[in-house]
Amino acid sequence: MSSQYYVPPTSKWPIIAVAVLGLTAVGAGSLMSYGSGLPFLLAGVVGIALVMYGWFRDVVNESMGGLYDAQMDRSFRQGMGWFIFSEVMFFAAFFGALFYIRVFALPWLDGQGAKGITALLWPDFTASWPLMNTPDPSIGGPNAVINPWTLPLINTLLLVSSSVTLTIAHHALKEDNRPKLTRWLIVTLVLGFVFLVIQGIEYVEAWTQLGLTLQAGIYGSTFFLLTGFHGVHVTIGAIVLLVMLLRVRRGHFSANQHFAFEAGAWYWHFVDVVWIGLFLFVYVF
Amino acid sequence: MASESTHAVLQPNVGTAEHGHHPAQMPTGIMRWVLTTNHKEIGSLYLLFSLLMLFVGGSMALVIRAELFQPGLQYVQPEFFNQMTTMHGLIMVFGAIMPAFVGLANWMIPMQIGAPDMALPRLNNFSFWLLPVAFGILLSTLLMEGGGPNFGWTFYAPLSTTYAPPSTSFFIMSIHLAGISSILGAINIIATILNLRTPGMRLMDMSLFVWTWLITAFLLIAVMPVLAGVVTMMLLDINFGTSFFDAAGGGDPVLFQHLFWFFGHPEVYIMILPAFGIVSLIVPTFARKRLFGYASMVYATASIALLSFVVWAHHMFTVGLPLTAELFFMYSTMLIAVPTGVKVFNWIATLFRGSISFEVPMLFALGFIVMFTIGGLSGVMLAIVPADFQYHDTYFVVAHFHYVLVPGALFAILAGAYYWMPKWTGHYADETLGRWHFWLSVIGVNLTFFPMHFSGLAGMPRRIPDYALQFADFNMISSIGGFLFGFSQLIFVWVLVKAIRGGEKAPAKAWEGAEGLEWTVPCPAPIHTFETPPKFVPEVDSPSRH
Amino acid sequence: MIRLTIAAFLGFALLPLIGNVHASSINTSSGWNMPMGVTDISQEVFHLHMTILWICIAIAVIVFGVMFWSLFKYRRTQGAKSAHFHENTFVEVMWTAIPMVILVVMAIPATATLKKMYDTSNADIDILVTGYQWRWRYEYLGEDVSFFSNLSTPREQIYGQEERGDFYLVEVDEPMVVPVGRKIRLLLTANDVIHSWWVPDLAVKKDAIPGFINESWTRIDEPGVYRGQCAELCGRDHGFMPIEVKAVSEEEYVAWLASKREAAITEAQGADREWALGELMERGEGTYNTYCAACHQPDGKGLPPIFPALAGTGISIDPSARQAHIDIVLYGKTGTPMPAFGTTLSPAELAAVITYERNAWGNNTADSVQPAEIRDLLGSQ
Ligand code: HEA
Ligand code: HEA
Ligand code: CUA
Ligand SMILES: [Cu+2]
Repeated sequence: MSSQYYVPPTSKWPIIAVAVLGLTAVGAGSLMSYGSGLPFLLAGVVGIALVMYGWFRDVVNESMGGLYDAQMDRSFRQGMGWFIFSEVMFFAAFFGALFYIRVFALPWLDGQGAKGITALLWPDFTASWPLMNTPDPSIGGPNAVINPWTLPLINTLLLVSSSVTLTIAHHALKEDNRPKLTRWLIVTLVLGFVFLVIQGIEYVEAWTQLGLTLQAGIYGSTFFLLTGFHGVHVTIGAIVLLVMLLRVRRGHFSANQHFAFEAGAWYWHFVDVVWIGLFLFVYVF
Repeated sequence: MASESTHAVLQPNVGTAEHGHHPAQMPTGIMRWVLTTNHKEIGSLYLLFSLLMLFVGGSMALVIRAELFQPGLQYVQPEFFNQMTTMHGLIMVFGAIMPAFVGLANWMIPMQIGAPDMALPRLNNFSFWLLPVAFGILLSTLLMEGGGPNFGWTFYAPLSTTYAPPSTSFFIMSIHLAGISSILGAINIIATILNLRTPGMRLMDMSLFVWTWLITAFLLIAVMPVLAGVVTMMLLDINFGTSFFDAAGGGDPVLFQHLFWFFGHPEVYIMILPAFGIVSLIVPTFARKRLFGYASMVYATASIALLSFVVWAHHMFTVGLPLTAELFFMYSTMLIAVPTGVKVFNWIATLFRGSISFEVPMLFALGFIVMFTIGGLSGVMLAIVPADFQYHDTYFVVAHFHYVLVPGALFAILAGAYYWMPKWTGHYADETLGRWHFWLSVIGVNLTFFPMHFSGLAGMPRRIPDYALQFADFNMISSIGGFLFGFSQLIFVWVLVKAIRGGEKAPAKAWEGAEGLEWTVPCPAPIHTFETPPKFVPEVDSPSRH
Repeated sequence: MIRLTIAAFLGFALLPLIGNVHASSINTSSGWNMPMGVTDISQEVFHLHMTILWICIAIAVIVFGVMFWSLFKYRRTQGAKSAHFHENTFVEVMWTAIPMVILVVMAIPATATLKKMYDTSNADIDILVTGYQWRWRYEYLGEDVSFFSNLSTPREQIYGQEERGDFYLVEVDEPMVVPVGRKIRLLLTANDVIHSWWVPDLAVKKDAIPGFINESWTRIDEPGVYRGQCAELCGRDHGFMPIEVKAVSEEEYVAWLASKREAAITEAQGADREWALGELMERGEGTYNTYCAACHQPDGKGLPPIFPALAGTGISIDPSARQAHIDIVLYGKTGTPMPAFGTTLSPAELAAVITYERNAWGNNTADSVQPAEIRDLLGSQ
């Protein structure tokens, strides 16, 4: 326990971050509500990227400058841990929605269970999962679904192995074996990148050939909601790992001081675990 | 210690004359507030923001009360009335009550645990400044084509999706920003509490305000993302043709409600647990007696928080849940009365055989205990499903939640403000004005909300701009009370301004019976406290020493 | 100070007595309290309510009694010295256990009543109740009777240009009629947003959710008129969609059903003949004001951007858009609040209202739409 606390100096980044986030929100809002505002949205998104660069660069410099003490390190760790917990709850809401639809809503619409009388409204509807036919046929379900044992299985293997390779890289860092660290980090990134490419291929195929779109009833809705937000998180995770790679090449981190790397790794493992849930409940069952 | 005006955060002349103590790069003028990473300054910003929002949201309530003064449509049209109801609820919940508690947390938690600041000061600045942006966007929707949100603060789909005004996407964006602010603020508070306590202070040595905030922050991190998730699904339904809340595509409007209330119920405890914490400090101070049942207070708070995750559907008893679900949610909801009762009984046991004086903070705290309990008891009535079929969506519910929120949460915030005002400004609040503020508030609040029990029971639905003639008398009383209560709050502004500018000076330990590290630093607290961890000696028989 | 406190609380408790409760009650409520109602269930609910209310009052009296007594007795101004205890396992266990017991006492009757309320089996009559923005529709399943029920309070009363009647805002043009002594099952759903069907005297409140059906039931023993309101925020006129249930003898009920069927036949026959423009306009104005004016406004100016104007703009003045106009009224417009009226209004009403919209407020297209045309359009579906 230190006898003197470290209090970081003020910074202009937070307020700039607020500004660009506000710009993004206004841009997105007016684009969706009134059909204009794209320039604001784009400026906001670019701004967010720049702010993240600037803010993290300052933090990295301070950290490299040895300004942070053990207590600060613990604060960062806990902050990251709780942040990931909040992300878990974000996905929990989506999984909850998926389970509710599958366990309650669809059977009710089909005439089973406590609210089965509802079927009076939808006499021709039969529930199934994946849902190929919607209660109101004018909405229409997909014509086919994705076979989990093809691309999704490959993607599962990719992500799981990327978690393993990242752990190898982490151990290398702890052993201060830089070449090994770089190697395995690159492998991880490649795996993540291939995952995203495959996901992209799958999306195009779903959208154009299978009729599996956002508009394709609740199956399409949940499919894209879950895989889409997961994909966004993989992208963020990959960018974080890319930054870690660049920092490793610049000689940052030491065998026992490399919290940023660990935070990125936690995040990556989290994204990986979410995928397992997705693979099981969106694709397989 | 420094001369009285030097480092008080609320002093208007700080930043001009004496800069000696600040780090060299400390900006001045407006930029000082924009860039600040100091927990006291950010705390003040939160508190001032929340006061402003109280008046904005309160003015909307007064529009509602003016329209409901008599039957018929007089001042506003139904569509605007609905916007007022919606915005009033949203602004009070997310703009007034929550930021007020975060402001108090910012100010007091570091001082109570002997920390120099929050754990992540820049994040703290970020969290605060997101709020004005979020509420700026929210308020601007009122001026947009088609008007602002008009679907209630609970924004049930499909009224808030297919049938919503075009500005709804802005509404969703502002909820996202406010949500990010809350989550990051909560992370900061948890990290501060778990990580920055002064050596020797164990969890079971912390003040109850710190404890309740620790648990509240956990609730926030657990449920704000669910709110973010559900508004995201709304956004997709509105703009991208998904079917989450539309049976035609296989979705269900009730799914929206499950997700919303999974957030919404813990949310109401987010607005009350810190209030419990504040009251648990003030009652012992002015009873000059240690808090009765410290440990059971902590366990009760934790139980309330855990139970709050499994009671959400008590807001949905009429949506047609299966019988077993109704029973489960009825029983689990009723159970919350037990730990809450423990808290009430502990406060009363603290008063019992104390040496009680009635300064303004104590008056508000006592008002809290009584009127929160009234609201809690009507809550238990609401939990009884067959009876709730008659109460639901009537003014009985409106009476219930205003009792727990206004003389509940808001009174606790005011109690805290009077209690800590010497620490913030260096001066005691004006006792006479404070008493006027209290008594007028008590009368006003009961005049406003007590008759709502009657009109609700007799059958007046909520969220209506006009009503059957039989409810006229009760509504007239409520409206008079509402204006009385609202204008009484201006006294508070007066008190605050007076205390900032001068008044009776307070010593470090402003209240004779007060305990805790915050009372070891001078009044007003210097801008930087506890640059080195203070010595902390737990009381000999504190729970952690058993 | 203490005396002031007590005075304040007494004062406010007595307050409602000062405001004398006038105006006839719209239900069996005393004006202050939950109505006792007119069904076994509603009376059971009332007694349950009174039981828990008294328990809560008793708890409040005891808790506040001890509290105020302590505040009074241990005032510092009276030289009270504080004691030093801060724990007592026995009392803590007691005040955890006793509330548990009280809660169980409340839960037992609540569970029993709830089970009865959920038992919708063996009903004699099934009525499908559908919520619309902002009216109710009742369909007597298997009886071939269905109709809308709209608020009948005139606008003038709402805006204070006319004396308000006793049943201001809780009166409708066509009440839901049911026989006494029979178990009636209500199947509740909605066409657009969520509504909630509530009649306090029957202790029935159940949400009407679009795309789903909820069940509830009632059995009324007293003939009479029982009033209620929509109890879920459903948009602009949520405050203006009342419910009226008329309980009558079996014979009257049968006669009423017959007259409804008769009226429907007459209405349908309207499509067999040619209508003059003036006749269509007159009928159309009535239909428009009942079904369309809430959104598009009586003057046709609408409430843009959600509810478009009809006067002087768009398809209602475009001679080439006659068919588009008919289609939107018949089939609605998905993704907007515009409902499909084709299945719920008669051909005569539809033809009249479209004609009205194309000619009122200076629209003057001189187009007329004949009921027969609409009937054929709908028939060909
Ligand atoms: C600070 C906010 C707050 C708090 C603390 C509470 C506390 C409680 N609330 Fe409330 N509630 C709201 C805010 C709050 N509520 C809001 C905003 C709504 C409406 C939302 C909307 O629709 O817009 C609402 C609505 C609401 C409903 C839905 C009503 C409806 O729409 O039909 C219900 C139903 O069960 C309910 C129950 C309860 C219960 C059981 C408690 C309990 O926690 C109360 C516990 C306390 C006590 C019981 C008193 C002290 C205890 C004793 C003295 C012990 C002895 C007592 C007994 C044995 C009974 N609340
Ligand atoms: C969270 C806290 C909170 C607080 C503090 C309040 C405070 C008040 N609320 Fe409300 N209220 C809610 C939360 C809150 N409310 C919620 C969640 C809803 C449900 C919304 C929904 O249905 O969706 C609701 C709904 C609600 C309704 C029902 C509306 C309806 O169903 O249509 C009413 C009706 O009387 C009401 C009244 C009041 C009044 C009179 C106050 C008073 O306490 C307000 C006191 C007023 C002031 C403090 C402001 C004083 C202003 C001035 C003196 C003017 C001067 C101005 C300047 C200087 C700028 N509130
Ligand atoms: Cu229909 Cu409210
Ligand atoms: Cu709740």
